[in-house]
Amino acid sequence: MAVAQTLPLDPARLRKDFPILSTVLHGDKPLVYLDNAATTQRPRAVIDTLVDTYEKHYANVHRGIHWLSDQSTDLYEEAREKVRRFIGAPQRHEVIFTTGTTGAINMVARSWGDANVGPGDEILLTLMEHHSNIVPWHQLAERTGCRVCFAPIDDDGLLQLDALDELITDKTRLVAVASVSNVLGTINPVAEIVRRAHAAGALVLVDAAQSVPHEPTDVASLGADFVAFSGHKMLGPSGVGVLWGREALLDAMPPFLGGGSMIRRVRLDGFEPADLPAKFEAGTPPIVSAIGMGTAIDYLTAIGLDRIHAYEQMLTARAHEQLEALGGVHILGPAPEHKGGIVSFTVERIHAHDVAQLLDRHGVAIRAGHHCAMPLHKRLGITASSRASFYFYNTPEEIDVLVEALRAAKRLFRRD
Amino acid sequence: MDSRDEEEIYQEHILDHYDDPFHRGHCPGATHAHEDDNPLCGDVVRVELRIDPQGRVEQAWFEGDGCCVSQASASMLMEKIEGLTLDELKHFSAADMLGLYGARLTPNRQKCCLLSWRVVQEAVHSPIANGGADGSPDAGPSPNRSSDGNSKSADDGTQRRADSRK
Repeated sequence: MAVAQTLPLDPARLRKDFPILSTVLHGDKPLVYLDNAATTQRPRAVIDTLVDTYEKHYANVHRGIHWLSDQSTDLYEEAREKVRRFIGAPQRHEVIFTTGTTGAINMVARSWGDANVGPGDEILLTLMEHHSNIVPWHQLAERTGCRVCFAPIDDDGLLQLDALDELITDKTRLVAVASVSNVLGTINPVAEIVRRAHAAGALVLVDAAQSVPHEPTDVASLGADFVAFSGHKMLGPSGVGVLWGREALLDAMPPFLGGGSMIRRVRLDGFEPADLPAKFEAGTPPIVSAIGMGTAIDYLTAIGLDRIHAYEQMLTARAHEQLEALGGVHILGPAPEHKGGIVSFTVERIHAHDVAQLLDRHGVAIRAGHHCAMPLHKRLGITASSRASFYFYNTPEEIDVLVEALRAAKRLFRRD
Repeated sequence: MDSRDEEEIYQEHILDHYDDPFHRGHCPGATHAHEDDNPLCGDVVRVELRIDPQGRVEQAWFEGDGCCVSQASASMLMEKIEGLTLDELKHFSAADMLGLYGARLTPNRQKCCLLSWRVVQEAVHSPIANGGADGSPDAGPSPNRSSDGNSKSADDGTQRRADSRK
């Protein structure tokens, strides 16, 4: 088809790698999976890696003096190297495998936060953060007496940069910000935020869960101090994610979880922690999930993150255009050029849960609710929204299905 | 074109209740009130009742925010319970509520439908302090012992909903 030649990538070909995307539901409705901001699907290559590892290479890592443990350890450490290259980290041991973005942010809040933040200090967030980048800081405030502050957004869903200079003060110890909002899709100017934060002596943590899977990431040029993201939002298994941190910071931080692996020596009266990265990987890590995440990185790299980003912005632009033409649909967030592949919206006088239920009849899977961002929804003056979120395997035709399904929902609710 | 079971959720008379609800607003001279939400989805319903000295529901009003199922079912319930005695109300079961709604609901959507029913069952135990609202001189009876805990949670809930609507 003519349209395929103009696209940065070929979704029809790539879709064939994803067994679940050929699902037909409700009798004759092809699955239209538009809930990728919640979690993505897995290509055959990742699924095969999981099976292959369990069938041929699995033992605990860094422990056994035996052939199988060496195999497992090599694959696990190879996955760490793949992550390092993928995000442009200077050192492999700066890559800490966690349980996910939430685990990574909690690690920083507990370990760095408890050691470095006190009463009167401030942690600056933005109004568009996911609960996973809010609650750990509220918990830190409960423990230490620090204050949690929020940078405002404008009515278009863009961060109000001019307010930052007043909000970042000599009390600010850390600015924690999403690189891409999981609701608005807004791409935040992280490098600029880093510049201002560092000028005031504050560190920056980036919740990159919605950007690392969708656009090139280079932590060196980003300039941030901590970067957190999840495997399951980038074709990998759930239960694994990454905290990248600057070596000097990670070295100075006390361990978070205590247990096996994270120690050099244990005595009756205490312990000495291990070096990085083991210091922050207590217990048996998500071995096979991390190896699977490595395969996901291979897959994404082969496509090219630049092309994925360009293609998703095309899908976003198409969704904006068609949803606006539909009428009675209010799109949240800024214009498509400021967005990743996330389009949230409300439909006049149809609640988001009813929208989701009606779209499901057409095989369309979207998210409805507050998307773990209640403060943002309060700022927007709504309690819930519907969210369509794309990945490279979504097609322009699937957006047509989404819009047709919405048209049918409006008709059923007598809103046309 | 659409599967029939789902279609039933949004029957015409249900949409009528959603678009043009019965007694949506404040109950004049309310004697009892309660509010609650479904934590999972955030649906909120507040019910205000005016119960006469003989223990009969004179008026039933609701306010709320949420999906069609939660709001339309609340409207149906208000219409249904006006005129019932407290004893009759007590015997109006969850199964009766699902029957009143009519359409077949999945377990998740049943929670939406039962929200207003739960709130009504609590409201009859939740007399408003100092009697009726809107300056009504008649506070009405307290058919059951006052429960400060319930009244308080109703007040907290009101505050929460008001905030979420800013």
